[in-house]
Amino acid sequence: MKFHLKVWRQKDAKAPGTLESYEADNIPADASFLEMLDIVNSNLTGKNIEPIQFDSDCREGICGSCSLTINGVPHGPGRGTTCQVYMRKFKDGDTITIEPFRADAFPVQRDLVVNRGAFDRVMQAGGYISERCGSAPDANSVPISKVIADEAMDAAACIGCGACAAACPNGSAMLFVSAKVTHLGLLPQGKPENGRRVLGMVRQMDEEGFGNCSNYYACEAVCPASVPAAFIGRLNREFTAASVKESIGMNV
Amino acid sequence: MAGASAASTLAEQGYNVKCFCYQDSPRRAHSIAAQGGINAAKNYQNDGDSAYRLFYDTIKGGDFRSREANVHRLAEVSNNIIDQCVAKGVPFAREYGGLLDNRSFGGAQVSRTFYARGQTGQQLLLGAYSGLSQQIARGSVKMYPKTEMLDLVLIDGHAKGIVVRDLTTGEISSHAGDAVLLCSGGYGNVFYLSTNARGCNVTATFRAYKRGAFFANPCFTQIHPTCIPVSGDYQSKLTLMSESLRNDGRIWAPKRKEDCGKEPSQIPDDARDYFLERKYPSYGNLAPRDISSRSAKEVCDEGRGVGPGGLGVYLDFNDAIKRLGRKTIEERYGNLFEMYQNITGENAYERPMRIYPAVHYTMGGLWVDYNLMSNIPGLHVLGEANFSDHGANRLGASALMQGLADGYFVIPYTLGNYMTSQFGKKVDPKHPAFAKTIEETKEKVQKLLDIKGNRTVDSFHRELGLIMWDYCGMARSEDGLKIAIDKIQKLRAEFWRNLKILGTPEGINMELERAGRVADFLEFGELMCRDALTRNESCGGHFRTEYQTPEGEALRNDDEYAFVSAWEYQGENQLPTLNKEPLVYEKVKLATRSYK
Repeated sequence: MKFHLKVWRQKDAKAPGTLESYEADNIPADASFLEMLDIVNSNLTGKNIEPIQFDSDCREGICGSCSLTINGVPHGPGRGTTCQVYMRKFKDGDTITIEPFRADAFPVQRDLVVNRGAFDRVMQAGGYISERCGSAPDANSVPISKVIADEAMDAAACIGCGACAAACPNGSAMLFVSAKVTHLGLLPQGKPENGRRVLGMVRQMDEEGFGNCSNYYACEAVCPASVPAAFIGRLNREFTAASVKESIGMNV
Repeated sequence: MAGASAASTLAEQGYNVKCFCYQDSPRRAHSIAAQGGINAAKNYQNDGDSAYRLFYDTIKGGDFRSREANVHRLAEVSNNIIDQCVAKGVPFAREYGGLLDNRSFGGAQVSRTFYARGQTGQQLLLGAYSGLSQQIARGSVKMYPKTEMLDLVLIDGHAKGIVVRDLTTGEISSHAGDAVLLCSGGYGNVFYLSTNARGCNVTATFRAYKRGAFFANPCFTQIHPTCIPVSGDYQSKLTLMSESLRNDGRIWAPKRKEDCGKEPSQIPDDARDYFLERKYPSYGNLAPRDISSRSAKEVCDEGRGVGPGGLGVYLDFNDAIKRLGRKTIEERYGNLFEMYQNITGENAYERPMRIYPAVHYTMGGLWVDYNLMSNIPGLHVLGEANFSDHGANRLGASALMQGLADGYFVIPYTLGNYMTSQFGKKVDPKHPAFAKTIEETKEKVQKLLDIKGNRTVDSFHRELGLIMWDYCGMARSEDGLKIAIDKIQKLRAEFWRNLKILGTPEGINMELERAGRVADFLEFGELMCRDALTRNESCGGHFRTEYQTPEGEALRNDDEYAFVSAWEYQGENQLPTLNKEPLVYEKVKLATRSYK
């Protein structure tokens, strides 16, 4: 197959970027999108053009390293990460525009590489259960209904890729935050810290420059882990309850 | 995962920790890709499981080439790991009564595997990452993402720091510490195509080896039986389908070569060879990985393989769907079936999956003692990066167990043993050893850029991978290994003559990162072949064609080879020397490993 690519090239975090045109020739239909870029990069090196820099690691849809926006859609067509997009999804001769994830809180480092450290800092602000290793009771001492455990798993499936924030017109990270708040908040072992967790994470989210949710649901549409936007409602409830408690001087 | 769990637990104990990873976040370490589960001897299923049984299965699974005491400790702490993970919020699968569910895995006749859908590794890593995040917020761990270790700093023979390259700025700097822990994973990418992530590499452990750490059993690599077959030479990685699929899937190939091109549904049951069930009736499709992989290879070598190039066998869920219903199968393996369809374009509910073995895990690693310390004082090695627990073959659902055992429950107790010997000996970050090692590292990086040849890094890596797969993969022979060593030496010489990397050492330059790793693989591959060449027996994943039983099973030689091969670096272009640690079994009787 053959494709015309328009690729975002940017030398470093400070330099301005621009879309450059490249041809991708002789691409097997069974190649993944990233393998297509590997082939293009090998050809670019042959022509003494510095290869396109992009993050990828597991290449099986679970690590969340890919940060490509393809034809305006984070991760590209279909529901999955970029590494799980196969070229047979495109038509021969298509023009494909490739940009990095775009969100104020994810500054571009070079070409298609973005800095998602903001997500780590949001997690550090409460995305955990305080428990000292060695102090845990027997794993079966607290039964948890299968329904609750399954829903917690739906939320825990978030891979932290950032597509939600990149797809959102407001650059909001609320799907990401709601996934963690839901995952830990549903489980009995996470409940003691629910209030502290949600306040900490939401405040850090604001500080990092992520916007608010205004119900576009673009996040849900691109989420490779199928995290439902309904969790955002839960996040809002938890946040409101904790804020009210805090505002009247109760301990959270 | 070993690194995240160790860093957070040590920080809880009061250590100040600096933690480094090459990914942009510690949540992305390749432990995340482990699908199937984690073993523990909880005996929740009341099927007679015990720490001893898990210990014995692991020793036997490793074909009696692991260290007895380490494996016993692993089995002992396995239950604590499950408790710890649940307390951290890992959403393991549960039964309707609210208690934890288990499933069976290869190499065991009890049901002791805990799982979180097909994403157990992800959930366990996120559990460890959440604890790490908390410690980072507390200030007791300083995290350095996108930072790669390029050398080890020794002061008076002790490991007292590392040299790293910041992968965003290109800056090379050193960090001093009282002890160094390497939790840098395995070296499966020496084969280029493997189930490992693109970034997985041997660099941290190999450069420690070049500073004097022994590399143990490098030839012990695991080929996983259930991967999606290779489809073309553009391919950058192989995708694993969890071994848990073998719980309900039946593996077969056509009995007759002529049937290989037919649609599988057109091949009647009596024309199918369910070869694992035929050869290993008591374990059947749950035979251990090395045995299952080799059986699939044999079938394909006989010309009975299916799919492109005849390199594949069927994994069939038809019977399971009939027995349990499609819904149950969807619940158990839905995401795996989806993944398979996405990659191959085929629907595995209707047509059996095609699978073929692929490199998955490496049992070898830096040599460590019972305290997980290498022969270099202060240098500790955890998880897949060390050699100690899996012998010549790892059983399924044991890698997560070992990574978390080392991080949560071993190093927090054993590190103190070394630290107490260092009281009053503060490391001086201005010690000349740091500046010297930084200079050497910078020179190495520049040397790669200065070659200015004509071939890309990936083309060298791919060629090395093919050599390794052909001669040091599922079957090895003396002649083949000698050919491989010769080919690797030639390829290495060409690499240093003809590598082409554009750009500068400053800023993001991923080809430069990969070149450093491939340079190490080009030396390490030879070490693997030398190890395979000296081990004149077959055991676990190491199958020497000269040493097999008349039925084609591995022929171990306990009289001469019941030892750990610990290789010692002797300098550039010098042959490494072999140190042997005898494997003494006090509790277990050496037995022929049979799954029939």
